[in-house]
Amino acid sequence: MSKLIFEKHVPFSNSFSLPPCEVPEVVEIPEALQRKEKLSLPEVSEVETIRHFTELSRKAYGVDSGFYPLGSCTMKYNPKIDEWAARLPGFANIHPYQPEETVQGALELMYEMEKMCCEIAGMDRFTLQPAAGAHGEMTGVMIIKAYHKKRGDEKRTKILVPDSAHGTNPATANVVGYDVVEVKSNDRGLVDIEDLKAKMSDEVAGLMLTNPNTLGLFEEEIVKIASIVHEGGGLLYYDGANLNAIMGVCRPGDMGFDIVHLNLHKTFGTPHGGGGPGSGPVGVKAFLAEFLPVPVVEKKGDKYVLDYDRPESIGKVKNFYGNFGVVVKAYTYIKSLGRDGLKDVAYNAVLNANYLRHHLSQYYNVPYNRLCKHEFIANSKFQHDKNGITTMDIAKRLLDYGYHPPTVYFPLIVHEAIMIEPTETETKERLDDFIKAMADIAREAEEEPEKVKNAPHTTVVKRIDEVGAARNPIVKWEEE
Amino acid sequence: MRVESGLLYTQNHEWLKVEGDKAYIGITDYAQEHLGDIVFVELPEVDAEFDAEDSIAVVESVKAVSSVYTPVGCTIVEVNEELESSPELLNEDCYTNWIAVVEITDKSGLDELMNAEEYEAFCAEQE
Repeated sequence: MSKLIFEKHVPFSNSFSLPPCEVPEVVEIPEALQRKEKLSLPEVSEVETIRHFTELSRKAYGVDSGFYPLGSCTMKYNPKIDEWAARLPGFANIHPYQPEETVQGALELMYEMEKMCCEIAGMDRFTLQPAAGAHGEMTGVMIIKAYHKKRGDEKRTKILVPDSAHGTNPATANVVGYDVVEVKSNDRGLVDIEDLKAKMSDEVAGLMLTNPNTLGLFEEEIVKIASIVHEGGGLLYYDGANLNAIMGVCRPGDMGFDIVHLNLHKTFGTPHGGGGPGSGPVGVKAFLAEFLPVPVVEKKGDKYVLDYDRPESIGKVKNFYGNFGVVVKAYTYIKSLGRDGLKDVAYNAVLNANYLRHHLSQYYNVPYNRLCKHEFIANSKFQHDKNGITTMDIAKRLLDYGYHPPTVYFPLIVHEAIMIEPTETETKERLDDFIKAMADIAREAEEEPEKVKNAPHTTVVKRIDEVGAARNPIVKWEEE
Repeated sequence: MRVESGLLYTQNHEWLKVEGDKAYIGITDYAQEHLGDIVFVELPEVDAEFDAEDSIAVVESVKAVSSVYTPVGCTIVEVNEELESSPELLNEDCYTNWIAVVEITDKSGLDELMNAEEYEAFCAEQE
């Protein structure tokens, strides 16, 4: 294991000799606020610092180093042309406080991006402000709240969330001040319509739904679901996490959703790992547009302006205009693929997932083994019944084969779940390699179970003590 | 999997030991086994009032975060504070280590609970 940079501290190894100060020193910081002890920063020479971080970077694993089938996260390849566009000086070197007339190109891009998002999602207006998916959810649920409040309908204190939902859905509803009510899934892995009917009432503000859902299955009864929620006076929120499966093929707005968030860092190819940063634009139907965060970009004559005069707005949800650089990358992604290209993305994402599902179901239990969308769930049932091998063991063994493991233990409604999402950017050859690795692991689980149970064997650190880390976390380095 | 006789069980895998107007609430062996190593327990406040089906506590394992629901309307009388520093007690013996003692304020939920045999059959069905 690598040493921490603090452990590479050598006194005086990074000394500078600065010229004397040519202006009088003025210290205005009150005595009481001044630091008494020295800052505990390591001293490491420049070249050793560079080596330290270069070594760490070589241990990092990303989409550019290999296959990354992390279910629900849509770890697709990030086209480099998007990076080129975001680095154009007219985008990269502007300041958010510049006068509008000097940033017309940036505003035009935001205006057009909003139009394209509306077209893709079937919505009427969008805000580009939210910084990521969960932030988009929060924005969306705040809009739900503002809508009911304006109507004086304040007894709606609950949000419905399916038991297969992303954990961020109940968390979001909670943060915005709603009580979460869980809707059950039926034996086909879809929303249980009877349970939904039983739980819909005049106390329910709305339903948060992902379609396709986290099992990778399309909610076939979506039109009925929408009408149950709407007839009960609630709104329908679309979690855009799984939009990659249907982009350009069908639209949340046409299914009956009132509010949508998109994950530009998933569906629209902008970098996702290492903190992104992300971007989670939120779209609404026309009757909710007045609640969108300020400002929105409007076109007046042939000029683009930022409109802050929106009295019903929920306010700002982020400083300035969102993660603008990410928006530029996603704009480039959409423009370079075009309408037909986006449709092909969805078709290939679904084809790749079904190809893997078909082949892997020879070796692993696939609880819902029918046509899936962009991802599917398997588990370790066969291997567990025979030799006590868990999904965690299989995921760890995949590290030895040089793969980033898929998502494990989610969704919660499948025991020992392993959630596989290849995305559209993988080739058949790469998928075949992955199938072979998974087949090899299934064979090892049968013939040499200890090898799988003790994996990984080739990584920098071996099996991590996750229980110890959770029960006794050491979250910062301290001088001994 | 261990099921203790004399207790009442919910479909969410909680157990109840009813003594007059009071009840002990904990999670079952099935629950602790499926959750895996439990690393954190969030307990309710004493005197907090809950309706039936409300979440009274949160149990977090390395795999998942899970709510503990009360099947009856109740007021919290006592909580098992030992779980805050030693959450692993739920893995070690989930039937001795109750999560909370409650005073039952609405008994109607009790009728829907399962006895040990019914619960054992219910778990077999879940597998």
